[in-house]
Formats: sequence, structure tokens, C-alpha cells
Amino acid sequence: MPYDEALERFEPVLGLETHVELGTASKMFCGCPTTFGAPPNTQVCPVCLALPGALPTTNATAIESTIRIGLALNCSIAQWCRFARKNYFYPDMPKNYQISQYDEPLCFDGHLDVEVNGEVVRIEIERVHLEEDTGKSTHVGGATGRIHGADYSAVDYNRAGIPLVEIVTKPVPGTGGLAPEVARAYVTELREVMRALGVSDVRMEEGSLRCDVNVSLMPRGSSEWGTRTETKNVNSLRSVERAVRGEIERQAAVLAGGGKIVQETRHFHEDTGTTTSGRSKEEAQDYRYFPEPDLVPIAPDVAWVARLKAALPELPRLRRGRLQREWGVSDLDMTAMRNADAVDLVEATVAAGAPPADARKWWMGELARRANELVVPLAELPITPGQIARVCALVGEGALNDKLARQVLEGVLNGEGSPDEVVAARGLRIVDDEGELSAIIDRVLADNAAAADKVRGGKIAAVGALVGGVMKASRGKADAARARTLILERLGVSE
Amino acid sequence: MTVSNCHSMKRVQRLMSAITRDEVAHLARLSRLALADEELDHFAAQLDQIIGAVARVAEVAADDIPPSSHALPLTNVYRPDEVRPCLTPAEALAAAPAVEDARFRVPRILGEEA
Repeated sequence: MPYDEALERFEPVLGLETHVELGTASKMFCGCPTTFGAPPNTQVCPVCLALPGALPTTNATAIESTIRIGLALNCSIAQWCRFARKNYFYPDMPKNYQISQYDEPLCFDGHLDVEVNGEVVRIEIERVHLEEDTGKSTHVGGATGRIHGADYSAVDYNRAGIPLVEIVTKPVPGTGGLAPEVARAYVTELREVMRALGVSDVRMEEGSLRCDVNVSLMPRGSSEWGTRTETKNVNSLRSVERAVRGEIERQAAVLAGGGKIVQETRHFHEDTGTTTSGRSKEEAQDYRYFPEPDLVPIAPDVAWVARLKAALPELPRLRRGRLQREWGVSDLDMTAMRNADAVDLVEATVAAGAPPADARKWWMGELARRANELVVPLAELPITPGQIARVCALVGEGALNDKLARQVLEGVLNGEGSPDEVVAARGLRIVDDEGELSAIIDRVLADNAAAADKVRGGKIAAVGALVGGVMKASRGKADAARARTLILERLGVSE
Repeated sequence: MTVSNCHSMKRVQRLMSAITRDEVAHLARLSRLALADEELDHFAAQLDQIIGAVARVAEVAADDIPPSSHALPLTNVYRPDEVRPCLTPAEALAAAPAVEDARFRVPRILGEEA
């Protein structure tokens, strides 16, 4: 059903479950490293392989990071809670259970404010709990790499046991047609919070941030929530938005046709933006949760939690507001910088001494273009905020104009050295010798007598051609403003 | 989704009644076990006995005895976030029934999507 029609008839209710792999050095319950992309089964030990007799021990940093996440999301922190065993028979966990938390999450009842089209939407957080990640299965033999039709699976347990934080929202009603944008804004904001806390590298493409999107529809005018589906395999911010939209359209069509929504897991397909049915969800009781007997309860010291709270960094939304005021930029420009992942870079460039407007101009102009061409994130260009600030300083003191500055940036990006080295090696300094500039102006006036006459006759706009001539003759190295002043003086014209 | 100890206790008491064939079939499905019809009755009786034995705990759980999940009165036992040596892939895979490309090769799992 078309999206607009779906919204006329139904009100969507959202729910988001986000998994964040913590960036700890070692795993949740053993000392194995957590490096992404290591050869298969090189980061495993008796504990994460569940060999007989092995016992888990809790990673202190993972507990601290989870509490900091909870505090940043305005949650209450449990004064006493336990890990729980989630029992299921699937080879991604060699123990046949996952150590998780059930009815006693470490953090609960919080919220995160996100912005959509300049409006603040408060997303209520149900819980933040800590568990261990599972191994990675590769299904062999099936046509699509999915399990249907696969002959067997090959499992790598490097990921099994990496600390995983699950952040669950309360149901979010009332977003109407903006539901897809709200979902995306939430995951975006959450990712920035994790970055600010420094607890995870939150790379969706590497799976260190994963999102399950729950959607249900209720008929307009009704107050009874519909049956929800849970969409997995949503691996980018854009996919979050598309998955919500696609699921609203699909469910509306089913309901309008007199059908029923089945509570199930669905899989998102990047290529089509649609979802297909996965397994029916197991009931919570099927997991036979019980308190983990191998680990003692967690009872965070209240004074310690207070210290962690006091030491939280400035959170992203407040920081963006502050920077926007300091830099004097519009909402639109700020959003553009955020979408380009340029806010940190501009801030670092300003901190290195560049005027905010110049720092933004280079990162969002020349450098964004270059990053686009190379298909790399802005931050991975081989140039530093300090180098940009140096180029801005050279422009500020009149040693470079914008055109020369662009050539300097190009040189730095090509690995020709620092801005000063590129200036020296390419001879890019502006012509600041008045005698040299005078000689160039003389030549240009002689070669362009007609234009010079027009200017003398009062047509000052014609000076542009003469300035252009000077820039060309100096191969871009003249100071255009200075050249204009000198030409007008020479022609005896005042503005 | 709140399951308190009290709730678990009620569940145990409920399970003291005879376990049904359907419940055994359901557990078998969760455990990916293929049981024949006659096995369902066989295991139902056995499970019933086990559950009954465990449920006797409820008989002594008076109101003045708080529920407990751990034998030791300890909390906050942590280790520092430090990397320790791993097994080599050869050691890790030594007991695997089958290996492929340094991975554990396992039968496909029916009825589920990865």
C-alpha cells in the first residue's frame, strides 16, 4: 500500500533494539582479544569455547562502560542485579546458552532526545543490559548464503563473548509519517553518544552497532496497539529508515486486505528495501532464563556511579548546540556538517586556530569533494585539522589566496608534505613584491587598452577583466584585491 | 516480562503436576531432538520424576527464607580488562567433529534463519 495511504488509515508504533559491541581490549568473560577481522578461531580460549570446567570472570571495564551508557541515556542504575542464562540450541554459542540479563537489567527507565526537522522528539529507554556476543556462522551450500538450502554451517567463535550492550526503547507512538526519520535520528544520536563516551567504535558496516526495528500499526482512532514484527539485518542508517517505511507499507496492505500480522522476525533486504519472513519468535519462556550460577551479582557502589556520572563528557546534542552558537552557523549548515561527519574535524581545525567559517568552508567544500571522489570518510583523508588551520593562517596573513590554498591542499593530499613544504616546493606564495606586481599591471594595461579606457571613462565594472589579466599573468599568485586597488590608482579612478 | 523468584516458584509448583506429551515435544523441538512418539511418553514420565524431586525444595521454602540464587554472599567480583593468551586455532579445533577453513563445521540448522 502506498505510504501516504497507509498513514491515513494507520498510526505506526516504533520500537528499537540496538546492540553495541563494546570496545574493550578483552572479551566479556575471558581474556581473549576482540580485534575485528582476525583470522577465524584465533581469539578463542576454553572459556569462550565452553570447554569443560572453564568458568567466566566479569570484565570490570565492560560493567563501567555499560553504566556510563545508562547514565548518558538518563537511566536509573540498578543497585543490585544479576546475569541470566538464556538457553537456546544453536551453534553460534558453544555453551548452548548465552550469558545475558533478563528481568534485572543494569540500567533502566531513561530517555534520549533526538532532533527531526528541528523538532525535539523524546525517545523513552526501557532498559540497557549487558550480554555476550555470539559467534559468526557462514552457511555453505545454499544459493543465497542464507540457511535455507544450506548444506552445513562453518562457525568462527572470535566474536563469541565480546561484550554486547543491548539498548531497548519503550514503544514510540505518535510519530506518524515521520516514523522512519525518527528511527534514523534515534540510531544516529545513539551512535554519537557512544562515540562521545568512547565505549565503542560503532561501525554499522562491521556490526559493532546493530539495530533491530520493531513496527506495529494501529487503525486511526483506535487505542489498541497492533501485533509487532522485528526486522533484523538493518546495517546502515539509511536502511533503518527504509526498513520502517517498508514495514509500514507491508503491514498496512496485510491489514487492509483483512489479514493478520504475525509476530515474527523479518529480514531486511538492502537491494529492494523490503522484508521477508524469518522464524517465528520463540516465547520468552522457551529460553528458560535463570540466574547465572557461575557469576556473582553486580551491586554498583552508589558513590562510584555518582563519580561516573559527574565525569560524563558533554553529550552530542548539547555540544552541537554550543558549537552552532560559537560558530554562528545556521541549522541547515550544522545538519550538513553532521551528515558529512565533519563536526569533529571542523572543531579540531578551529581549535588549531582557524576561523570557524574558513574551517567549515574547506571541510565541506574542497575536502568533502575529494573524499567523495575517493569514496572514503572525510576523517580518513590524509590531511590533518592542524594542516587545514595552517593553510587558513597563510590565507589570513595574505601569503595565499583561495586558489593557491586549493593547490596547497591538493599537494598535502597527494603526500607532498606539510602546507609550508608544498608552498615552498611548488612556489605558491602570492606575489607580494609591489615592484613585480606593478610590472605585471603595466603589461596587462598595455595589452588591454580598450578595457583600460572603459574604466577611465567611468565603467568601473570593466576592471574585472584587467584583474583577471593580472591573475592570469601571475599564474594565480597575485593578490586580486591588491591588484584591483593598484589598477584603479594607476587609471586615476576612485570608487 | 517480569519474572520474580516468587513467579518461578509458582511455576515449579505448577510443574509438579504431570508433564504432558506436548510439553516434552516442545522441549524436544527447542533442543533440536527428533523424538519418536513412544519416546515422548517415556521421557514425560522421567521428566516428571525429575521435576517432582526438584520441586520438593518448595516444600521447605517458608516465607521467612528469602529466595537465593548463589551459595556465596559475594558481589562485584571482576577482573581487569586485560588480554590473556588464547588457544592456537589447532588447539581450539582439536576436538571439533569437523573442520573447514579453520572453522567448526556443523550440520545445518533446520527451521531457523541465521
